[in-house]
Order: sequence, then structure tokens, then C-alpha cells
Amino acid sequence: MTKGEIVLGCLAPHPPHLVYAENPDENEPVSEGGWEALRWGYARLARKLKTIDYDALVILTPHWQTYIGTHFLGCDAFKSLSVDPIFPNLFRYHYDLKVDVELSEKMCEIAGEAGIITKMMRNPDFRVDYGTITSCHLLNPDWDKPIVTVSSNRNRHYYSVEVMNEQAQALGRACRKAIEESGKRVVLIASHSLSHRHFTTEAPLPEDMSREHIYNHSQYVWDMKVIDLMRDGKMQEFIDLMPEFTEQTMAETEGGGLTWMMAAMGMPSYPAEIYGYQSVIGTGNVVACWDPNEETRELVL
Amino acid sequence: MSDDPVLFGLYVPPHPHPLLAPEQNKGWGELRAAYDECRRRIEESEADVIIVYSTTWPSIVGHQFQVQPEPEWVHVDDDFHFLGSMPYKFKMDVEFGNAYRDAAESRGLHARTVAYHGFPIDTGSVVALSLLNPDNRIPACIVSSNMYSNRSETIVLGKAARDALKAQGKKAVIVAVSSLSNRMFTKHVEPQDDRIHSAKDEDWNQKILEFFEDGRLEDLSQLSRDIHGQIRVQKVVAYKPAWWMAATMGQHNNYDGEVMAYAALHGSGGAVIQLTPSKGSVGDKEFDEDDVEIYRGDRNVLVTAAGDMQAPGGVDGPLDEAERPEEDEEGWRNPVEVIDDLYDEYGSTVISHAGGALGAAAGAAIAGPVGGVAASIVAKKTVGKMMSKDGAIIAEDAPSAVGAYPHARRMGNLLFISGVGPRNPEDNRIPGGPIEDGDGNPLNYDIEAQTEACIENIRIILEACEADLSNVIDVTTFLVDMKRDFEGYNKVYAKHFEEIQATRTTLAIQALPTPIAVEMKVIAKAP
Repeated sequence: MTKGEIVLGCLAPHPPHLVYAENPDENEPVSEGGWEALRWGYARLARKLKTIDYDALVILTPHWQTYIGTHFLGCDAFKSLSVDPIFPNLFRYHYDLKVDVELSEKMCEIAGEAGIITKMMRNPDFRVDYGTITSCHLLNPDWDKPIVTVSSNRNRHYYSVEVMNEQAQALGRACRKAIEESGKRVVLIASHSLSHRHFTTEAPLPEDMSREHIYNHSQYVWDMKVIDLMRDGKMQEFIDLMPEFTEQTMAETEGGGLTWMMAAMGMPSYPAEIYGYQSVIGTGNVVACWDPNEETRELVL
Repeated sequence: MSDDPVLFGLYVPPHPHPLLAPEQNKGWGELRAAYDECRRRIEESEADVIIVYSTTWPSIVGHQFQVQPEPEWVHVDDDFHFLGSMPYKFKMDVEFGNAYRDAAESRGLHARTVAYHGFPIDTGSVVALSLLNPDNRIPACIVSSNMYSNRSETIVLGKAARDALKAQGKKAVIVAVSSLSNRMFTKHVEPQDDRIHSAKDEDWNQKILEFFEDGRLEDLSQLSRDIHGQIRVQKVVAYKPAWWMAATMGQHNNYDGEVMAYAALHGSGGAVIQLTPSKGSVGDKEFDEDDVEIYRGDRNVLVTAAGDMQAPGGVDGPLDEAERPEEDEEGWRNPVEVIDDLYDEYGSTVISHAGGALGAAAGAAIAGPVGGVAASIVAKKTVGKMMSKDGAIIAEDAPSAVGAYPHARRMGNLLFISGVGPRNPEDNRIPGGPIEDGDGNPLNYDIEAQTEACIENIRIILEACEADLSNVIDVTTFLVDMKRDFEGYNKVYAKHFEEIQATRTTLAIQALPTPIAVEMKVIAKAP
């Protein structure tokens, strides 16, 4: 069997505002647009993804939160309505997706062998979290590839960000091994923002861009610092800084997604492709990817 | 029957085990049996509504209230999906949910309702309502737990529940859905091996149960921060259910407490507890922290304490421009703050100036968000008499405020009464008729009847402050049509105030927030 590989890693934030702003048929609410800097960046990354040959998308999302180990989607397909519990006024999305159960089981098995607590999720009534739906929609709106969702184990809540960082790296290494053994070409997705302090009120018109800005300057400075590290190919340095970044900015990196993806990709020392940065209801979001293929790697922004 | 709008309160665990797998573990079965007994007690009660506050429904944009009339779904828990699915169809008290939202807004909280097919009702609420009210005999209301909110917001949220119950004349069973200690095992555990995660968690749980059994709910509320620090995983900012439950049940220790079951749920502490208001009490109530009536925003605490880098990024950072109501751009300030500042500025020795300035301040407030929300909340009746020596006073029998301000505020030996119109406290009808119809066409109204009603409302508020009209020192009157109405107003005024000899100022103004012709505000001597 050919050795499997990770062909791209995407940092893909999941504010439902971006889907709302786009007005796809699958989403019930209707908007007048908004957050174009991120959406245009997403569109460009989605175009790049179309040029890549891959078998499945594997996503780690902080909105499937588990406390008893790491869980993996384990049914062939899910079709339902995803309603964001925080912004139900913006996101009521009808999804119909396929799961690469074989790959999911392989990752669950290898992670278990590495000493990580794992479980397959086999309940067909399970509702796939809106982080998965949002990131996958924005990267692959045709939904023509199967996915695997990996839950976010909340080590940060139980122990510390340091423990989260260590365990997410162990999970990343295990997932890489599983992907290699599967023989498949896989795109990884870390579904989260950077700084994550929200405003606690919403503008009467949510897409009113005159009201949108980062929550505070320190969040912005942190976001720029870590984006510079991405741009400079210093991901090991970023991951080492992760506990402090997460504490200082209440960052969604607490879910372990970026740490997991970077560990799976061997801590890239090449520049990330930056597609856009913008705040969404005060949180800082960057769309970025890491392309291991030097020939297709671009300087985007 | 008691006048308390809360018949009894329940504290129940959010985990699905008592619903889906009670037979797999003795403790889970005992929790289920206790749930079933609670169901029977609710059925036998005269409750009009079940109010559920669930810690497994986090919100970010204010607090949310479920008002989908009959939400229906098949719910699966994120962690315990292997135990099975939880199909549900609930019946919500939409009218009460809307009233609760309005009451929360009146107390300064950001609040909104949700009514969307497929909205993901949280595991805790699904478990509690499925077991406590399986046949939907009593409509329910579910309120979220804002992840950033701390003590003041949560206590105000509880008080708003009482406001809404009193305004609607309803009786409730309230349900706080939460674990005691909430540290679960991070590995899979066979049902027969389930136990409380640690000896420390067990010790604290026993302490909490002792408080519950003694009916010392307010004391538990005061201990909330300690409990959170000791046995709660730091995933949210505080242990809030005790605050909400205590505030919703009246903030005292006079309850009959009954711990009906206590068991481990994958390591966390699960308990089914009933608290019923009673006349008895164990010990005096402790007060470690000030009470709060109205949520006034975040008051720049972190700016002062830690410099600009912390604010507004901290959990309690000040309101940002984008966080304020839209009308903020008009220069709104919290009326209570305005009064505080004016009192500081003018002091009690220059009462007439203060009176004039306060009147102007009230006008400015009405032009801001208060005016903006007045139409939506004017029909609401804010009730509940809350008094302390210095502080805000809400008069139970007076017409509801049309914004986030109290009827009165006591400072030292003075009572400052907010501007009062003639609206009837019972039904918001305007005695003497409104000055215009819904399209803005002028109507013929009776200024004498309106003035009589104004003075009667002032009397009601003073009575709530244990004062009466004879205590009035200064009166400021606002008339929308001085030429037409001064004579009639002056005649009625003389009838009540001629002997009192309060100082008086009468002003012509362009408009008042509701279709009334006269508003009066007074400063009185506190008894």
C-alpha cells in the first residue's frame, strides 16, 4: 500500500457569521453580507483545495467537547439541521455529509495504542457540531469529500493549557501515523479562531460592519505576533508559546486544534499561507494553511 | 397558601445516566427514583410554570430564554452518546418566557428569546424536563447561563424571574440543573465502579448537602466562590446555580431542605434536592457581599485595578461601545449613576438645584435607551419591594418603571423619587385618557384626572419607602401643554399640597415617553 500523507493543513475558524454572510442555500437566515476579508480569503483557499488531490478532510473542532478522552465520528453519514446555540439567529444549516469511517477507526485505534483515551461515536442520532459544519462548508462547499471529526478533549479545563498542549501533540503524532498507515491523502483542519474574547451583545444588524472590531488591543497584538510566527515558519516557537497565548487571549486554541495539526505535520518550519485576518464579534480570526509541497506553496498575503 | 411565587425549588444533576441507564448503577437508580418523586410532587403542586436554569446551556450574547412553543428533537450527549438517544417534545410557556426576558432587560441585563426549530436544547435541560415533566402537564421556561456572567448578573437574573412571576401572577417550581462537584473521570469507568472523583470533592459535597438540608440557601449563595474554587472545574467563571436559585427563591435561609438522593455520576457529584419555603430558619443569614438589584455594567473595575491592558479584555471589563445598546450613541447614562453623580455633585444642602438637575437627568435618560425600549416594556409590571437603608427601592404596587431605574432611591435622610406619570399600576391604563391615539392624532384628555393619578402613584411609592405625602420637600412637574393644562393641574395640586408647603417647579416640555400629559417627581424626607 502507498504510504498515506497529509497534503495540506488549514487553520479554518468557524464563526457562523461567515456562513450567514454568504447566504448559501443550506442556511436558513438571510444576510446582507459582511466579514468579506475572511470570506474572500476562505474562497481563495477553497479554490486552492480544489486543485489538490485528496481523499478526506480530518477536522478537530472545539465545539464537540469531550471530557472522557478523544472521540471520533463513527457512522457512515449524517444528515440533519445544525443550529448554533449561541447565534441561532445566524446559523441554521441543513447538512448532508459522509464520513470516512475506515480512516476514523484507524486514527482511534492508533491513538489508543499510543495511550490516549479514545472512543468511536456510533450513535446515528448524533448532531455534528457547528464548528465542523462551518469550517467544512467554507473550505469545501460542495461537500464532495468525506470527513472525520475528532472531538476536542478539554484537558485545558481539567488540568492546564500545558497539559492540553502535550496531549494534543501526542494525538497529532498518532493521527499522522494512522494517516500514513491508511494510504490516504488527507487534508487536516484545525477549526478555531485565535483570540477569543467575544462581545456579549450583538448589533441589531449582526452584519453591520461599522460595529465590528477586535475586542481589545492586547488581543490584536497577540494575534499579530502569532501570525508573524506563522508567516516566518516558526511553528515550534508558536506551539511553545501556546499556553501563554491561550491564557492571555482566552484563545480557542485551548481546544488543541492547532497544536494537534502542527504536531501531525511535524511542526512546519516553512511559511504559512495567510489568506485573511478579521475580527468576528470581537474575536480574532485568521484563515491560513500550511502546504508541505514546496512547488505549490504560495506567498498569499 | 403562601404569597411566595416560588412553591419550591429543586436542584438536580445534568448527566443523562438517571434518564438513560438508571439500572446500571445503584446510585444512578436512586437519583432516578428521587427524580420520579419530584415529578409526583410537581404534579400535585399548583405550579403554573417550571423554570429551568441549566449550567449546560452556556450563552455568550446575554442570557437566552427558550420560547419555541413545542421544541422537538432527538438529543445525543457529546460525551455519553453511547448511553442512547434522548427524544423529547416539550411545551414552553411562551408568555412567561417573554415576560422573563423583559424583566431581565428591565434590571439591566442583555437578554433575548430563542424560538427556532432544531435549537439544541442542552443535556441538562433535556434530562430535567424529561424526568420531571414527562407529559408536559406544566409549561416550562428554560434560561441559559451566560458564560461570562458573574455574581451580579446571575443574582439579577434570579430576581428578574421573581419579577416576571409576580407580574403574571404565576406560581412556579424552579429547577437548578447542576452538579455539585463537577470533576468527572477522564477515562472510561464501568458503571459499577463509579464513585466521587476524590475525597476532597466528597467532603465538600457533604458540606453543601448539609447546607441544603438545613435550608441555608442564601448562605450557600454567599459561599459560591469558595465552592467554585474548591470543587469546580475552571471551565466557567463561577459556580452560578446557587446564586440564581437563591435570588429566585427570595434570598434567605428559611426553607425546609430535603436531600432526596446523592450519588456519583462518572465522578461528579449528583444530587436531587428539594427546598420549600418555610417560616423556620437555621441561624442568621450571612452577608459577605453586597446585594444587587440592577445590573449596571462592568464599571471599569479592571481598568482601575490592572491598567488598560486588562480592560476591557477581562471577564468583567467595562462595556465596550459595541456592547452597549444602540441608543448609547445618543449619550445614554445609567439613570442610577446619574443620580449618584448628581448627589455627589450637589449634595443634600442645595436641594432645589439638585431637584432641577435630577429632572433634567431623567429627561436625558428617557431620550437614550430607556426611551428606546419603553414601548416594549411599558406594559410590564416590575414588582418586588426591595429596601435597604441606602439604595434603590422598587415599589411593588406602583406602575412599572419604563427603564432600568428604581422607583426611588434613599440616600442618607433623603428620598429621591423617579419621575412618575399617571399610569394605573394594575393595567397601565391612563386615567383621564391618553393625549393621543396610536397614530399620533390628539385626543381630548382630563388633566385633573391625570394629575390625581400622578399624585396617587407618588403616594404609593412613598408608602413603599415608609413615608407619605407630608414628607415631601420639593416637587418638579413636567407638563406637555402648559397653556391648556396648568390650571387643572394647579387645582388638583393645591388640594394635596397646600398644607404641605413643599417647594415646586413646573416646566413645559415637548413630550413624555408615554402618551401622558403630566409627570411629577419629588424629593422627600426619609422617615
